[in-house]
Amino acid sequence: MSLTLAEIKVILNANVITSKFDANIVIERAYSADLMSDVLSFSLTDSLLITGLVDKTVVRTAQVSNIKAIVFARGKVPSKDTVALADEKNIPLMITNYSKYESCGRLYEKGLRNSHDAK
Amino acid sequence: MTQNKETTMEGVFFLTGKDFTNAGAASCELKSILEKMEVEHSAIRRAAIAAFEAEMNIIIYTPAGMMKYSITPDHVKVVFQDMGHGIEDIELAMTEGYSTAPDYIREMGFGSGMGLPNIKKNTDEMKISSMPGAGTTLEFIIKLRQEKDNENL
Repeated sequence: MSLTLAEIKVILNANVITSKFDANIVIERAYSADLMSDVLSFSLTDSLLITGLVDKTVVRTAQVSNIKAIVFARGKVPSKDTVALADEKNIPLMITNYSKYESCGRLYEKGLRNSHDAK
Repeated sequence: MTQNKETTMEGVFFLTGKDFTNAGAASCELKSILEKMEVEHSAIRRAAIAAFEAEMNIIIYTPAGMMKYSITPDHVKVVFQDMGHGIEDIELAMTEGYSTAPDYIREMGFGSGMGLPNIKKNTDEMKISSMPGAGTTLEFIIKLRQEKDNENL
């Protein structure tokens, strides 16, 4: 089951904070972590990342891991520099007021599955 | 950055310790170079992830270092040399979860003790040498598929 960024935005009641945002981008899996090494180790390519970290390194981690878009949970707001870097690298950013747990739960409920094969 | 006979691309990035504003930028640039050279996607991702981990190690633990890369039709090779205090026990440092990172590094999402194991996981060859007080050299190679050669086998 996949979701578009437009659908994810509605499900998470999220705000888009990058100027570049293609609502039609299709997301087929998601991964959630605050440890960037976990993202680098375990996320699969073309995932959505749900995280509580807002540093610039999150955007760079996303870039090297081929993350398609990032959702910042619990209403955390990244710096202007972070947003500018994401725009430059074409990685859409959203903010949701839901916690990471609830964000993941809501997306899972709508059919979006893990990007990490735990088997 | 130099290119010989359009087959080898070489370059170097200089890295400054504790420069978290630019942390990871060199690896992202390497990724862009590999994309422009139309290297296969999986190799690009593996090279970028391994380079990113090694770059973060230099930023986090050392005052300065450099990242040298060479890309040939056969492989991507990246060598990291730093001016840090060295690694006393490399085997221990290779253990998943082992880390000497301070809390403020962990709060940035790094220093969880997955860096070196993750570099090993993503590369075909990895060498690390270190002397306490004399810095660390880490080198990795990612082999590229030789589709044309394979056709002749």
